[in-house]
Amino acid sequence: MDSPRKETSKAMNTVAIQAPVAPISLRRRVTDHVMTGVAILTVFLVLAPLVAIFGYLVYRGVGAIDWAFLTQTPRPVGETGGGMANAIVGSLLILGIASLIGVPFGVGAGIYLAEFGRNHLGRAIRFTADVLNGVPSIVIGIVAYGLVVLPQGHFSALSGGVALGIMMVPTICRTTEEMLLLVPQALREAAYGLGVPRWRTTLSIVLRTATSGVITGIMLAFARVAGETAPLLFTALGNTFWSLRSDQPIAALPLQIYVYANSPYDDWHRQAWAGSLVLIVIIVGAVAAVRYAVRRGSFGMA
Amino acid sequence: MANPAFPRPDMPGPQPVDTAKVTSVTAHRAAPLLRISSGEIRDRAFQSAITSCGLAILAVLVLIVYELVTRSSLSWHAFGFKFFAGSDWDPVNEHFGALPFIYGTLVSSLVALVIAVPLSIGVAVFTTEMCPKALRGPLSFFVELLAAIPSVIYGLWAMFVLVPLLSGYVQPFLAKTFGWTGLFSGPPYGIGMLAAGIILAIMIIPIISSITREVLMVVPQHQREGVLALGATRWEMIRVGVLRNARAGIMGGIILGLGRALGETMAVTMVIGNRPEIAKSLFAPGYTMASVLANEFNEATGDVYRSALVEIGLALFLVTIIVNALAQILVWTVTRGQPAKGNV
Repeated sequence: MDSPRKETSKAMNTVAIQAPVAPISLRRRVTDHVMTGVAILTVFLVLAPLVAIFGYLVYRGVGAIDWAFLTQTPRPVGETGGGMANAIVGSLLILGIASLIGVPFGVGAGIYLAEFGRNHLGRAIRFTADVLNGVPSIVIGIVAYGLVVLPQGHFSALSGGVALGIMMVPTICRTTEEMLLLVPQALREAAYGLGVPRWRTTLSIVLRTATSGVITGIMLAFARVAGETAPLLFTALGNTFWSLRSDQPIAALPLQIYVYANSPYDDWHRQAWAGSLVLIVIIVGAVAAVRYAVRRGSFGMA
Repeated sequence: MANPAFPRPDMPGPQPVDTAKVTSVTAHRAAPLLRISSGEIRDRAFQSAITSCGLAILAVLVLIVYELVTRSSLSWHAFGFKFFAGSDWDPVNEHFGALPFIYGTLVSSLVALVIAVPLSIGVAVFTTEMCPKALRGPLSFFVELLAAIPSVIYGLWAMFVLVPLLSGYVQPFLAKTFGWTGLFSGPPYGIGMLAAGIILAIMIIPIISSITREVLMVVPQHQREGVLALGATRWEMIRVGVLRNARAGIMGGIILGLGRALGETMAVTMVIGNRPEIAKSLFAPGYTMASVLANEFNEATGDVYRSALVEIGLALFLVTIIVNALAQILVWTVTRGQPAKGNV
């Protein structure tokens, strides 16, 4: 707009800077540029593996997925062909059991922390949840083995679900708490003012308002455990046949990928890549679908 | 929690607010309209159900400790502290020492940190201080996408891409250039401690960099402006005004990454070589605490063998608990109680 004024101010600035301040030495200017360059370099170095992994996964995986892979069970060792249909279904079953355990306890604990947790017990639970988040998944596997597999007498889908369910609880709990705390206090007060009892307020007003956030948290936890292999090694064990029984060993996609990757057969390597691609699609797809539904659907912040 | 009938002193009206009247109104509201007894019972029931969910989290921790302690007691009584000092892992003669696994876990995690820390801090500094605002969101999204990849897929990729790359190009180069240090000697198999460290580094970068970014963002803007006003270049501003203020939080992020690296199982098991040996060279195969559990727990025959494995699990659990608690405290001191979003 008023370019002449701008120009004068610019000129004045230059004058003002040049007059009292000594020029920045060459060494400092070079260091500045070098460090900027180093920072940009680190970005490329970090993004390179990401591109390499996804690129190679698509490159090897897309060609390897065929109808047989999605609909058949594994062939005996040495024969080519067959697929991972039982592992895909098995993974979904285990994740279903895990969600049945993880979601109610996680959301419940999150509600407790947000609505009743401003005390010592609340702080203790919060800290414990954060600590549990960092427990290695293989340790959870050992615990689930001792809790479910030993009393039951054999490996089972149920024990795998318990292991993954335990892993889901702390994540869901903390995100639920965060989301409920975002709900304005005035909404609660309005409900109390209308004579709505507290339990009703919490469930129908607070939780309902935060639904989209809570569901996003649940999906993050789901995505996190969907790819877990270590806790399933001593619980679900794996199975080369069809099984939908919760009290029997069951195949799971990550387990199958692990076994096939370590095998010496080219065809199994091909299937390991195909399985990895399916696993990634399940993980990313679940998160994306729910985000989309939450954004489009009737629930969420009005 | 909130008293709906809280009397406001500044409430406009013809009469001053009468507290007695207000309470009587509350009582009136509660009594005939809502059948106070059943409402109260439901409230109580709800609160105890919710509280028990919270207590379940404490119970899980107690249960984990109980399981690990009781099931490892056999090995504890047989070997005592020597379990952690012995380097003999002999299932046939039932002689167990966990030192090679502890060594492998520590060294692989250390290699991972050496690689991951500079890269993560560089990325975090670039996203918060240097890059255009429009690039900030996508860049952090892509870095955090690394955290969404399952461990077993990292392992698969490492086996078929990283390991051939290492044995074909990187390891011969390292041996020729830095072979004199003793860290990079021996046959370049590809598989070994170095491969495990590199894949771990890729896996913990998103954790360290996201926490570092969060910590850098809570450094007050006037710190940057103050340093710039003194005539600093941008890098000097970052070093003096930003990084120095965020030290504790960055340290917390690094330790959180360490905790993750210590417990990581599948990817490491697939590339570390799984041999219980203590070797100076990073080219040599090793074994970690988590990997030995993954490989041998199911096949462990004999009570002492299994108990020894559970004891390794217990040690791993205790180390990660301590490391994570330390990290949590460090991050909390900087972000002032806002939860750290480290585990995506």
